[in-house]
Amino acid sequence: MTIGSVPLRYKISVDHDQCMLCGRCVENCPYGVFRTEKDRIHVNSRVCVACHRCIAMCPRDAISLAERPVDYRSHPLWTPQVRESIYNQARTGKIILSGMGNAQDYPVIFDRLVLDACQVTNPSIDPLREPMELRTYIGKKPSILRFRKENGETVLETRLSPNLMLETPIMIGHMSYGAISLNAQQSLARAVKKIGTYMGTGEGGLHESLYLYQDRMIVQVASGRFGVDIDYLERGSAIEIKIGQGAKPGIGGHLPGEKVCADVSCTRMIPMGSDAISPAPHHDIYSIEDLKQLVRGLKEATEWEKPVFVKIAAVHNSAAIAAGIARSGADAVVIDGFRGGTGAAPRVFRDHVGIPIEAAIASVDAKLRTQGIRNEVSVIASGGIRESADVAKIIALGADAVYIGTAALVAMGCRVCGTCYRGLCPWGIATQRPDLVARLNPDMASVNVENLLYAWTLELSELMGAAGINSIESLRGNRDRLRGYLLDQGIMNVLDVKPVGA
Amino acid sequence: MVNPVRIDAKGMHYTPLNRAIREAVASGATEIILDHVMGQRFIADGLRGEVTIAIHGVPGGDLGMFMSGPTCIVYGNCEHAPGNTMDAGQIIIHGNAGDAVAHSMRGGKIFVRDNIGYRGGIHMKQYLEKRPILIIGGSARAFLGEYMAGGLILVLGRDRGRPEIDRGIGSGIHGGMIVIRGGVNEENLGVGATMSELSREEIAGITPLIREFIGHFGLDSADFLNDRYFKVIPSSARPFASKYTWEV
Repeated sequence: MTIGSVPLRYKISVDHDQCMLCGRCVENCPYGVFRTEKDRIHVNSRVCVACHRCIAMCPRDAISLAERPVDYRSHPLWTPQVRESIYNQARTGKIILSGMGNAQDYPVIFDRLVLDACQVTNPSIDPLREPMELRTYIGKKPSILRFRKENGETVLETRLSPNLMLETPIMIGHMSYGAISLNAQQSLARAVKKIGTYMGTGEGGLHESLYLYQDRMIVQVASGRFGVDIDYLERGSAIEIKIGQGAKPGIGGHLPGEKVCADVSCTRMIPMGSDAISPAPHHDIYSIEDLKQLVRGLKEATEWEKPVFVKIAAVHNSAAIAAGIARSGADAVVIDGFRGGTGAAPRVFRDHVGIPIEAAIASVDAKLRTQGIRNEVSVIASGGIRESADVAKIIALGADAVYIGTAALVAMGCRVCGTCYRGLCPWGIATQRPDLVARLNPDMASVNVENLLYAWTLELSELMGAAGINSIESLRGNRDRLRGYLLDQGIMNVLDVKPVGA
Repeated sequence: MVNPVRIDAKGMHYTPLNRAIREAVASGATEIILDHVMGQRFIADGLRGEVTIAIHGVPGGDLGMFMSGPTCIVYGNCEHAPGNTMDAGQIIIHGNAGDAVAHSMRGGKIFVRDNIGYRGGIHMKQYLEKRPILIIGGSARAFLGEYMAGGLILVLGRDRGRPEIDRGIGSGIHGGMIVIRGGVNEENLGVGATMSELSREEIAGITPLIREFIGHFGLDSADFLNDRYFKVIPSSARPFASKYTWEV
C-alpha cells in the first residue's frame, strides 16, 4: 500500500431521473462497470475504459462520462500520465502495454499544411461535369516502352510488371484476424470489393470465409510466417513483406494466447491458446540482399504474377532504406508513420519511436526521384491518415496511395479507447469473444466502411477539381499545391514546400 | 512423360529452371534429375505434387521454400535456409547445410547427413497433423531451435557421439522439442529452455525417425541407438507472458 490507489481515469454517472432501468448498459459493458441493485443502476467507474458503448446504447442519454475527474497538482512536466506510469512500473517492474496509435502530444504536420485552389487565372474543374481520374495503379512502371511492328500491327515489346488497379487511392491496411474479429475483416473486405480497392490480411492468415474476396486481399508475410503457405500466397492479389510497423518500429508482435481461439488457431496454423510470437527481425533477412532474396522467393513461388510490397516503419533513415527496397525487386514500398495504430504495443515504442509519415513520404519520394528509380516502386503511406485532406496532402507529398486502419475501424463504431489489447472490444472489432463479435453485423458495418471510402473519394475529387487538377497523377508529388503554415524552415525543407504567402 | 526427366542446369537462371521443373511435374513426371546445379536459388519454390527431384551439385538458398509435397534429394552441400516455410514433403541432404535450415517450417521432414549452420529450425511450428521434423546427423551452430513453436529437431552428433552446439539452444522456445544425443552443457541452453533426459519410451518414439535417417544415408544403426538422448523443451508455453503490464 506504499503507493495507494491512483485517482479514477474516468467517472461514469447515471442520471437516475432519465434512467428507465432497461439494463442495456449492464448488458453492453464487458468491463463490468454497471450492475443493477434494488431497482437502481450502480456503477464501478474504476473499470471503465471510455469505450462509449453504454453511452451509445442508452436510449435515454442518461449516462455521462468525465475524464480525470480528480486533479493532480498541475505540473507541465510531471503530467498525470507520467506519474501513473511510474506508479504502475514501481508496482510491477514490467513493460507497459498500450493500444492504438501514438498518444504523445506531438504537433501534427498535416494540420500545418494547407492545400491550394484555383482563382480566376487557371479555372477550377467541376467534378460533377468533368471526369475526375482517381484510378491508381500500384506496382512497377516501365522506364521506357518498346514496340515492334508485326504484320502492320504495333505490338508492345516491353514486359509489364503486375500492377494492382485501384478505383481510389485509398486502401485498408493490414489488421490481422486475431487482432480484429472475423466480422470486422468481413466488413472491410466487402467494402473494398464494392469500392474497387484492396485491403491487407495482416499476419494472421486468410480465413476461408474471406476466400470470396481474395482478389481484393493483399496477403502479408511477416517474421512469424503465421498462416503462410503456397495456397495463401496464391490466393492474394499481392503479397506484402512486413518488416516493421509504425506503432512499434524495430520490435515484433505478440498475439497473446488468450486471443488464439479455435478459428484464429486454424487460420494462423498454430495450436489453440499458444502465444503467436512474431520476432523482431525476419530470420532470413539481415540486409537488403537478404530482403531481395525473400522478395524473389515470393515472386518465384507465385510465378512472378503478383506484386510484392515491402512495409517498413517510418524511421530516421527511411529514405535510404526505401531506395534499397526499390532495388530489391519489390513493386511497392509501404511507409508506416509513427502515428500508426496497433492492437498492442509497448507504450514507450508507440509514443517515442519513429517519425511522422508526412516527413517520411516527402523524403522517400525525393530520394527515389533523385536516384531516378521512382518508377521502380509505388509508395504507399500509412499511419495517421484521418480524413480526405490528409490523403490529398500525402499524395501531394509524393505518395501513390494510402492505407487507412484506425479510420476504417472508427467507421465501424470504434471509439479509439485504445484498449484493444484487452480483447474485450465492446464494438466487436478487437475481440474474439463470440458474444462481442456478434455485435458487429457485417451487412451493416460494411456499408459504413464503404460510405466512408466513397465520401473521402468524393471529397478528394472535389479538392482536386478546386485545384484545377483532373487526374490523381497530376496531384502526386505536386508540392506546389501545398503551403506550410507555421512550420519551421527545417521541416519545410524536408517536405520541399514553401510557406504560406510565398 | 518418360521418367526420369533430366534437366541440365548448367548456366541456367533459377526462373527458367523452376519453370522447366513445373512443366515436367505438370506433364506427369514423378522423377526429375537436375545435373550441374551450381548455386541456383529457390529450387522447387512453392512446388506441389508427388515428385522426387534429385539434385546433383550445390543448390543455392531457399531450396524447397513454401514447398508442399515433393521430395528433394541433394547429392552435395546446401546453401542457407533449405525448407524455408516448407509445408510438406522431404529434403534429404547428403552433406552440410548453411544457416536457418528449416526456418519457419510447418510440415514435412528434412534430413541433413552432416552439419548445419546457425539458427537451424528457427521458429518451426506445428498444427494438427502437420509436425515438421529436422534431423541433423552431425552438429549445429548457435541458436538452434530459436523461437521454436512446434515440431521436432533431432541432433545425432555423428562421428563424435555427442553433437557440438554452441550457445542459445532453444532461446525463446515455446513449443516443440529439440532432442540431442548425449545432451549439451546447461550453459548452452537459451532463455526459456530446459533440458531433461529422454525416457526409454520416448527414445522408442524417436527410433523410427533415426532408422529413417540411417536408411537415407546408408549408415550403421549401432552408432546411434542404445545411447542416451536429452530433450530441450520450453520451460513455459508463454515465455513472454510476464513481461508486460497494462496501461491503466
